[in-house]
Amino acid sequence: MMPFQIVVLWSDMLVWLLVAAGVGLGVLIARNPPLRAAWRRVGANRVGMAAATVLLTFVLVGLLDSLHYHLRMEGKPGQPATYAIEVLSVLDALATPLRSRNEKTYSEPFATRLYAKESIDLPGGGTTRDYPRLKHGGKHLGDDEGAVVEDAGFTAFRAAAIAFVGWLGLVAAAGALVGRQPGDAALSGLQRIWRGETDFAWNAVLATLAAILLVVVPLFWLAGSYHVFGTDKVGQSVLYQVLKSVRTGLIIGLVTTLVMLPMAVLLGIVAGYFRGWVDDLIQYIYTVLNSIPGVLLIAAAVLMMQVVIDTHPQWFSTAAERADLRLLALCFILGITSWTGLCRLLRGETLKLRELEYIQAAQAFGVSNGRIIVRHILPNLMHIVIIALVMDFSGLVLAEAVLSYVGIGVDPTMTSFGTMINNARMELGREPVVWWSLAAAFSAMFILVLAANLFADAVRDAFDPRAA
Amino acid sequence: MLAYIVRRFLYAFPILIGVNLITFALFFVVNTPDDMARMQLGVKRVTPEAIERWKAERGYDKPLMLNSDASGTKVLTDTIFFEKSARMFVGDFGRAEDGRDIAHEIGKRMGPSLAIALPTFILGLFITVSFALTLAFFRATAFDFWGVVLCVAAMSISGLFYIIGGQYLISKVWRLVPISGFGDGLEAWRFLILPVLIGVVSGIGSSTRWYRTIFLEEVNKDYVRTARAKGLPETLVFFRHILRNALIPILTGVVVVIPLLFMGSLLTESFFGIPGLGSYTIDAINAQDFAVVRSMVFIGSVLYIVGLILTDISYTVVDPRIRFE
Amino acid sequence: MLKIENLRLGFAAGKQTLAAVDGISFDIAKGETFALLGESGCGKSATAQGIMRLLPAAGRILGGSVRLADEDLLHLPEAAMRARRGGRMAMIFQEPATSLNPVLTVGRQIGEVLERHLGLIGVPARERMLELLRLVGIADPERRLDEYPFQLSGGMKQRVMIAIALAGDPELLIADEPTTALDVTVQAQILDLLARLQAERGMGMLLITHDLGVVARMAHRIGVMYAGELVELASREAFFSRPRHPYTQALFAALPEVSRRGLKLTTIPGQVPSLSVMPNGCRFAERCSHVMPQCPTVSPPWRELAAAHSVRCHWDGEALAEGMARHSVTELDIEPARPFLEVAGLKVHFPIRRGLLQRTVGHVRAVDGVSLSISAGRTLALVGESGCGKTTVGKGLLQLLKPTAGSVKVGQRELVGMRAKRLRAARRHMQMVFQDPFASLNPRMRVGEIIAEGMSALAPDTSSQARNEAVLTLLRQVGLPDEALGRYPHEFSGGQRQRIAIARALAVQPELLICDEPTSALDVSVQAQILNLLKKLQEELGVAYLFITHNFAVVEYLAHDVAVMYLGRIVEQGRAEEVLRSPQHPYTQALLSAVPVPRLDGATAVIRLAGETPSPANPPSGCHFHPRCPQAMDVCRQRYPETSDVSATHFVHCHLRA
Repeated sequence: MMPFQIVVLWSDMLVWLLVAAGVGLGVLIARNPPLRAAWRRVGANRVGMAAATVLLTFVLVGLLDSLHYHLRMEGKPGQPATYAIEVLSVLDALATPLRSRNEKTYSEPFATRLYAKESIDLPGGGTTRDYPRLKHGGKHLGDDEGAVVEDAGFTAFRAAAIAFVGWLGLVAAAGALVGRQPGDAALSGLQRIWRGETDFAWNAVLATLAAILLVVVPLFWLAGSYHVFGTDKVGQSVLYQVLKSVRTGLIIGLVTTLVMLPMAVLLGIVAGYFRGWVDDLIQYIYTVLNSIPGVLLIAAAVLMMQVVIDTHPQWFSTAAERADLRLLALCFILGITSWTGLCRLLRGETLKLRELEYIQAAQAFGVSNGRIIVRHILPNLMHIVIIALVMDFSGLVLAEAVLSYVGIGVDPTMTSFGTMINNARMELGREPVVWWSLAAAFSAMFILVLAANLFADAVRDAFDPRAA
Repeated sequence: MLAYIVRRFLYAFPILIGVNLITFALFFVVNTPDDMARMQLGVKRVTPEAIERWKAERGYDKPLMLNSDASGTKVLTDTIFFEKSARMFVGDFGRAEDGRDIAHEIGKRMGPSLAIALPTFILGLFITVSFALTLAFFRATAFDFWGVVLCVAAMSISGLFYIIGGQYLISKVWRLVPISGFGDGLEAWRFLILPVLIGVVSGIGSSTRWYRTIFLEEVNKDYVRTARAKGLPETLVFFRHILRNALIPILTGVVVVIPLLFMGSLLTESFFGIPGLGSYTIDAINAQDFAVVRSMVFIGSVLYIVGLILTDISYTVVDPRIRFE
Repeated sequence: MLKIENLRLGFAAGKQTLAAVDGISFDIAKGETFALLGESGCGKSATAQGIMRLLPAAGRILGGSVRLADEDLLHLPEAAMRARRGGRMAMIFQEPATSLNPVLTVGRQIGEVLERHLGLIGVPARERMLELLRLVGIADPERRLDEYPFQLSGGMKQRVMIAIALAGDPELLIADEPTTALDVTVQAQILDLLARLQAERGMGMLLITHDLGVVARMAHRIGVMYAGELVELASREAFFSRPRHPYTQALFAALPEVSRRGLKLTTIPGQVPSLSVMPNGCRFAERCSHVMPQCPTVSPPWRELAAAHSVRCHWDGEALAEGMARHSVTELDIEPARPFLEVAGLKVHFPIRRGLLQRTVGHVRAVDGVSLSISAGRTLALVGESGCGKTTVGKGLLQLLKPTAGSVKVGQRELVGMRAKRLRAARRHMQMVFQDPFASLNPRMRVGEIIAEGMSALAPDTSSQARNEAVLTLLRQVGLPDEALGRYPHEFSGGQRQRIAIARALAVQPELLICDEPTSALDVSVQAQILNLLKKLQEELGVAYLFITHNFAVVEYLAHDVAVMYLGRIVEQGRAEEVLRSPQHPYTQALLSAVPVPRLDGATAVIRLAGETPSPANPPSGCHFHPRCPQAMDVCRQRYPETSDVSATHFVHCHLRA
């Protein structure tokens, strides 16, 4: 019998569904030259590809965090297996050192002692008030606490050197790959990458990879012996919280769009194509929804959702499940309140498209409306949908933080950038300031959102016919 | 033109009714008053009598839409829908959980909200439009490039960071202004300056970029070429020709939010302890005061629709094509 | 006065700069009109913009000099150049609709120039504006001054543009395709106006056009551009009597006209080379019928043939051997059989909604009682200016727009009011080719899929192999290679796209093809290819054409029968020879005489029509044409004229012929 049981949360299902949809879309794009050409333009955009590399790193973290299981409890042989209540993910397993080595409360990054003074029993009896030594942070140093800088610096340097060697390997592989493609025969693959003469922005990707590796590898190396980002109020590693927040952010950013997309596309096209009373009705619906200020509509809907969740505790077997469902519900609410913009955009575009001559030519052949929509209108709206998808992502990630702060975001037990900020912001009043939680959450969010924004720009430039 | 504006006004009513129905459905159909009562009372104090009392105190003990026990117009009027939803049309919002009259509270809190939101809006609009115009004027230069980079970076920063960072730096480290609070009369400016500043700064990134795109779209139009062919200096081309035309799309996004300024900002007000409608809403959300949230949703929609009508009217000012149709 | 030497202009594309104009030299004297002639993409508009230093953002001036009265414009500081722009030199553009600022009044837009260049403001400026508007022939200038561009018609907008250009008292006027977007009758007015103003003021004028007729009407001297180079410079007489460059000769030979009826038009094979792969030698060599061994490698030098006539060509022959490649393609005298399509009293009205409740307050009578018939294998040309409802007729026939009244019979079946399902089957008999080859093909579909679409919609049970075979046959029929099947529309030029559109329409073997201005977006040489193709297909397949057009040259060349439309009604109809040789309706006469003829003797007595076509929402009482008719009588204002027969096949709606 396996020592664990796989748990599939609803959000996991959607995440992997998204991955499958992404792969499917990729195949579809590969078969369709105009779309492929547009994506090739994205691929040639240096900034866009650098951003994509960063995004992929985040996505990787998020995916690792979307494979859940719970461990089998030690039980008497012969009895049916029982499983732990706690739901873990592959990321949790990989980050076990981060997850399990908790301190008592706050500690600064690279600290060896706790943030707050405590009464410590002296070996010879009696007590003294001092900053107690951390249980895990810098334990290997023993009494030599002053050596943190040298030790950490040396370890970081060693890790960076190894990361660099690994990166060189990647560069060589990319060089070999480029070298096999047709091009200027006089130049080797590496030379072509260096001079930026490749169709795909290899140099940007490799440079970004170098940056990521040189930061991430030493960071995790050090994380084995220090709390690199410090610990929070209950002594949990902030680095671990940042990692866990990534998945929440990604789900909010992606699943929300996924929820609203079918509705926006369907209603937008139907309104624009058929016009008449259908159009009036759909316009009425989205004007009504639009006229309720977004935050208030979300607030009202989330409040109501809370009531539903609180009055039906029997629906959820674990806390993780409840938090997960609440996350999805939030995605749905955000989706339902945000489809109107895209819908209006698509309606307007469809109105223009339906007057185009190739649509009329199809009508002259007696091609049915459904077929015209699928074959002629939908493919010509795809670029708008793709642009909207990537543009919305960053806004949603930012919105999550605000909503969680307001108290209408994710479940308070779920780690997210919003809950991290919310928990940490009261501590700014302390002396000395507890800054690391906030700094880590804001920086991680900034990197994620900046990468998403830059990538969105690259996609828009490549797909917008006016920009071409 | 008058018919156009009147038509716009008439169009607002069905929308308001729609909003009203949606909020009604959300607050009374998705969850019954019993659910709300249970939630408010807490697990320990839930007894059937307590629930009934809770409902009776708030008038939630009536039927939802139709009162079959009543007669005459009371069939319709003696219901939750009429008492709680329909009466919002005449400004009767009922009482909050703490027993205060919501309408009165709203009236009292609009002032502080506006004191923050209006300066933020005006200053922000002025700064972002000027910045965007400058970027468009120097388009395709290094200045434009780095300006856009700055915008993208600025819009990638969470709004919370601007508030927390600004409060920490300016009020706590430099001690220039009080960290939060609100005063009356001339004293108020000391409390206002920081939230306004932060409000302006946090909006710069995305608005500037948006306005710049609008300006650049106009720059490539044929009439701009005509203006240049007349020998007009570039500044005149920008201010007389491009700005006038770009105003039309800018107005769509800007005028509609003016009435919403009354609502204040949720984040700013709660961080800075300003007794406006934004913090009122937040407090209501945290206290799960459904009556207040419901009222705010309705008022927000009314203001939004007023904004839509204002947008239509402002079109007639800037766009002669609509003025004369 | 204006002297251009070795001007080179380019456009930045990625890291390189591609030369769009490559070393052209010419000069314009005071009071002279110099026409720069060429097909699209040859660099003539870039030249104009380069002279004004108004190139778009990607444009670069690479070299050469532009001298206006001995002042080198290319080296002036920008501020000084601005003082020239709109002052000593002014420009008018092709699209009057977009070239005026939509939110400023006419007066404001003219006033700007007066203020900038003459320092006029206030009352004197207003006086001057009124004077200018009167000068360009705008009635009621006091009112127009305070109006916005959207309140003016297309012709009036172009007049305002001219007034703006004249406001600075320019010595040089650059007109970039000033009449291309206008109707023939309005074009005639604007050309008259420009010629008059130029003569009165002794301005130099650089006229940029693709229309040989406009050249014949306006130019004193002509420069022919091809692929960024000037290839021939000639005086008007020499140009029209003895064109020397093979390209110029081919342009003339490709023109459809009545003398070439029944003959195949000369076409220029291939297309203009793209900027990135410009050949080293003569740029026309690939497409030239007189190509010699040295042509592809050695760029030909200028050769002086006569005074004021020089050419850049190695070949020293005289003229193209007329009629060599020509042979009769269609029998023009086939007798009309029983009509295949019969249209009676067709009306298409669009409601106008106004007021508080959006009630219908009136109708735009786009098509207001049109009757016509077409028999197999014949071509009926439906002629009229923009807004007369000719395209609406085409769409009404196909039931793409629901007719308000009338009947459309195909064979014996009535299409109006037919159930959707049966209509689908009936559509097989009629298909349409649209005007814009770029909007009529779905950019996301392969050519094979585009052509097969109709087949699969109308005969869904054909096997895919049979369908593939049929598509290949069609591709060959319209002269496209087999591999076009798997490619996308954007890989094809305008002419090739129009071939694809024709193949798509033919795929369901229709008896009637409705061609809606199929060549108006194409260059002359490509137009000739498409016209030849249409003629060939008619001969091979016996398909009938309803040819919707505003171009009389094409009508003369192609049509068996002609119907002339004005404001939603047919005013004159008959055999092509009858209508074109002896037009009876004053509108037809005016229309025919307004067409600029690409010959020296072209400028015969022209009937000038006042004003422009009124709105079909509010047509004039009585005969719709009476406000513009030079021969209007009292009865015309009261009653719409009945049909008057001129001959058995020729009839007209006019009180004069009653």
